Amino acid sequence: MAKIIGLPKLSPTMEEGTLVRWTKQEGDAVEVDELLAEVETDKATMEFRSFDRGVLLKILIAEGESAPPDAPVAIIGEAGEDISDLLAQLASSASVSEVAPASPERQTAVALPSPEPATPASLPFAPQPTGRILASPLVRRLAREQGVELSDLRGTGPRGRIIKRDLEGYTPAVAPVISAGRLPARVERASATRRTIARRLTESTQGVPHYYLTIDIDAEPLVDARRRINAELTQQGEKVSLNDLILKACAVALRRVPEVNVSWVDGDIHLHQVVDISVAVAIPDGLVTPVVRDADKLGVLAISQQVRELAGRARDKRLSLEEMTNGTFSISNLGMFGIESFTAVINPPEGAILAVGALREEPVVKGDVLAPGKRMRMTLSCDHRVIDGALGARFCAALKRLLESPANMLI
Amino acid sequence: MRIIRYREALREAMFEEMERDPDVLLMGEEVGHYQGAYKVSEGLLERFGERRVIDTPIAEAGFAGIGVGAAMVGLRPIIEFMTWNFSFVAFDQIVSNAAKIHSMSGGAIRCPIVFRGPNGSAKQVAAQHSHTVEALYTHFPGLHVLAPSTARDAKGLLKAAIRDDNPVIFLEGETLYGVKGEVPDEGVDELVPIGKGRVAREGDACTVVTWGRPYYDVMKAAEQLAADGIELEVIDPRTLRPLDEELVLKSVRKTNRCVIVHEHWPYGGPGAQLVDVIQREAFDHLDAPVLRVTGLDVPMPYASNLEDMVLPSVDRVVDAVRRVTYMGN
Amino acid sequence: MTMDTPLLFDLYRQMLLIRRFEEEAARAYAQSHAGGFLHLYIGQEAIAVGASSAMRDDDYVFQTYRDHGIALARGMAPGAAMAELFGKDTGCSRGMGGSMHFFDAEHGFYGGWGIVGGHLALAAGTAFKSRYRGDDSVTVCFFGEGATNIGGFHEAFSLAGLWKLPIVFVCENNRYAMGTPLERTSPLTDLTLKAQGYGMASDRFEGSDVSVVREHLTPALARARSGEGPTFIEIDTYRFRGHSMSDPAKYRTREELEERKKADPLAVTREQLEAGGAEVSAFDELEEAVEREIAKAVEFAGDSPPAREQIMLDTVLVKGDA
Repeated sequence: MAKIIGLPKLSPTMEEGTLVRWTKQEGDAVEVDELLAEVETDKATMEFRSFDRGVLLKILIAEGESAPPDAPVAIIGEAGEDISDLLAQLASSASVSEVAPASPERQTAVALPSPEPATPASLPFAPQPTGRILASPLVRRLAREQGVELSDLRGTGPRGRIIKRDLEGYTPAVAPVISAGRLPARVERASATRRTIARRLTESTQGVPHYYLTIDIDAEPLVDARRRINAELTQQGEKVSLNDLILKACAVALRRVPEVNVSWVDGDIHLHQVVDISVAVAIPDGLVTPVVRDADKLGVLAISQQVRELAGRARDKRLSLEEMTNGTFSISNLGMFGIESFTAVINPPEGAILAVGALREEPVVKGDVLAPGKRMRMTLSCDHRVIDGALGARFCAALKRLLESPANMLI
Repeated sequence: MRIIRYREALREAMFEEMERDPDVLLMGEEVGHYQGAYKVSEGLLERFGERRVIDTPIAEAGFAGIGVGAAMVGLRPIIEFMTWNFSFVAFDQIVSNAAKIHSMSGGAIRCPIVFRGPNGSAKQVAAQHSHTVEALYTHFPGLHVLAPSTARDAKGLLKAAIRDDNPVIFLEGETLYGVKGEVPDEGVDELVPIGKGRVAREGDACTVVTWGRPYYDVMKAAEQLAADGIELEVIDPRTLRPLDEELVLKSVRKTNRCVIVHEHWPYGGPGAQLVDVIQREAFDHLDAPVLRVTGLDVPMPYASNLEDMVLPSVDRVVDAVRRVTYMGN
Repeated sequence: MTMDTPLLFDLYRQMLLIRRFEEEAARAYAQSHAGGFLHLYIGQEAIAVGASSAMRDDDYVFQTYRDHGIALARGMAPGAAMAELFGKDTGCSRGMGGSMHFFDAEHGFYGGWGIVGGHLALAAGTAFKSRYRGDDSVTVCFFGEGATNIGGFHEAFSLAGLWKLPIVFVCENNRYAMGTPLERTSPLTDLTLKAQGYGMASDRFEGSDVSVVREHLTPALARARSGEGPTFIEIDTYRFRGHSMSDPAKYRTREELEERKKADPLAVTREQLEAGGAEVSAFDELEEAVEREIAKAVEFAGDSPPAREQIMLDTVLVKGDA
């Protein structure tokens, strides 16, 4: 699916960038993180690397031209794709911004000579020759929410403006939203939490170049360690979960391979000095990520208690914003749902997230005999801008070593 | 509740606050022996004496400045301008001194002073004596600007103004002085909070924001329109700075339209400020442009027929409401 | 000479402190540490110091934008004054006022006002408060001869005269209203004649001798304190620098300046002290001490944190406890 590529903001204060040189030409294939162009900002000439893979279908700004951040500069898609719609979209938005809007309604402070011809409801609908539909801001919002096309409505306001009452009497001829069978979908306003999740995950998948590394570990030692720890804790009435042990192992692994404990922030690499691990917790209308601070300095019991406490409050929606933000790494576990393995979406600006699958009991080869074994699969999603493949792999190897001989965490 | 006149409500407020706090004093032209040019201060001299009810020469810059200086060191002067038209010769004292001292001293010095007097037109007093000054004084950060429309608000707001630690511009009206209204019973110490508006009438068809003299025209227009089934929601902000934006926005989000009615000229001022707030904060709720009914953009003429044209009227309010509700005429 | 030597020596110290402060203020301005308008008091020190020495601690003072001298004379810490010029949070007005708007309520110093003639009524206001409350503090209000033409002067005089307010109006007549000499702005050269129109006592003298200033202020303050009403005092003086830092002062001749510099208040007093037997070494020690104090003030100003946004936002209006 072809898309318009905006000029990236290449310095915190950049208000405009000048395209110095395109390093790709129309028709060239482009890989993620491959150099597309050089852009001169207020600070320096910067590399403009692609966040997308595909073919450079169209260059929208010539070398030497300037544009503000986010201004469309190129279209990337699949070879031979039809981009006429995108081009039309660009043309129309340009004309909106360039052409002065049709003479705004004369606003007058005083009512002496009637400034706006009174327009009784009986005035015939007069479509605008320009094709621009006049509608009140309220109507535009309601139409958006109800999925109504303004062009289907008749305006009875001045100069054919569509006003609230025009919308109120309107029933769409065809169900405007995706239908399941003949029944139209029920439309619900998404909660603020839901919308935040939608926005952030969209930003992450569109803006962060993900790649994935999967490991399959021998979970016997881990299960064994858990059993022994819990035997020790019985008297205290406490116990820890496999997930607590995995969290602890991640914290130690992040200390051993600190290059993974990083964030990409506006073109800078932030190397975190603390290990704060976010734990994905499902709540009725979404997903939150409370953070276990300084997880590397906590024992597994303390981790267990914190996770339980945070998750409890998360479900009661009593977490403060502070408790849900500024983690440096995430863990998501769907093992309890029987999911064997999956990939997770990075929680920006964190650099990586570990997706933990279910504990599997299956035959394994030990020496040269088949024996009952315990296995788990985990997939690390990495932000390629800050964590290259080999580095991600090094982290996975470290994690695997820790999980397969938990005593190593003591080192 | 009792029914008294607006001017009596003001007098009660001053009387009660002067009883309450010996640092409160009244200063201005004809406030004492003459009993007040508009009889607002009638009887105060007899009760409080010449030390606290102080007749001044015709020297607004002088006595306004003395008030500011005295407030800087702890007194709580009420400075009466015989009308706000005469405040212009004391403009420097109000805007360069009173409005600035707290900020300019880094917060070290306070200026608890009330400047009060009748604002706006009276009847046929022509160009120099018919100024509506809220557009001027609301412009300056560092001043509160109050404009009560009813007796109850006049009393409660003046008491709050006298107790406030900031310079307060208190706008009354010659045509309002005689208006009667309910006020709390004697002995009830009611303060109207500065910065809080009031829903004067509830409705769903259109929000009308108004204050001062036009308030009464709007209420009449509301009666008239109600007969046609159009129910206005009338908001009286009472304080023009700081404006109770939330109250107005809440109403506009309900009615989807708004007319603002004020006597001040159309260029700038709280009327235009409200339009700015509404278009910014309630854009997606508007079903019609926000209209204003204002004083015409001319110096006030003397001739009665022309003066009537200049001032907002019931007919002009009705007309504006019909236009934003797309009711035609 | 009627003054005892230790007192005179202390007044000399105050004048020297002001002189050196102003010189460093000029340097700070040149180095862009201070901005805006900067009006130096150099040449007029005897008036602030002499008048201040005749006042009581609970008296009030108002001044124009040429306000550093009297602020220091009243006891403002040089560090707080310099930090204000630097626009720092530790400044006497928290960086909100700058050179023209020094405030120090603790020392009875109520500004620091920028509009010519605008502060005379304010000063009458604090005097009004003294009378209203029945305390016997007095207000001293300084202004230039340029202010005697504006309405604010006349209205404040009207009311102060009418109500016999406890105030002393001190006109520091430095001959030039910015660049215009007195002869071109006033039909009178004896400005104290204006006092008569307001039923006010008056006094007039040359102000380069700090003892003389003190001697003349003392009876005027006493008159105000005892309820006999205000006095208008016109003091002949001269500023050795331009109106402000951006004024090259081309409207007056080099000769005139050199002539007036012969009556430099510091030189006048030093001569008196030396004649009274003061040792040269005492002056050397004093100069060193003042030098250290000023250097400390500059260092304090430089090291202080910048003015704070929160102060700016929180001081527009008094919040809460109405």
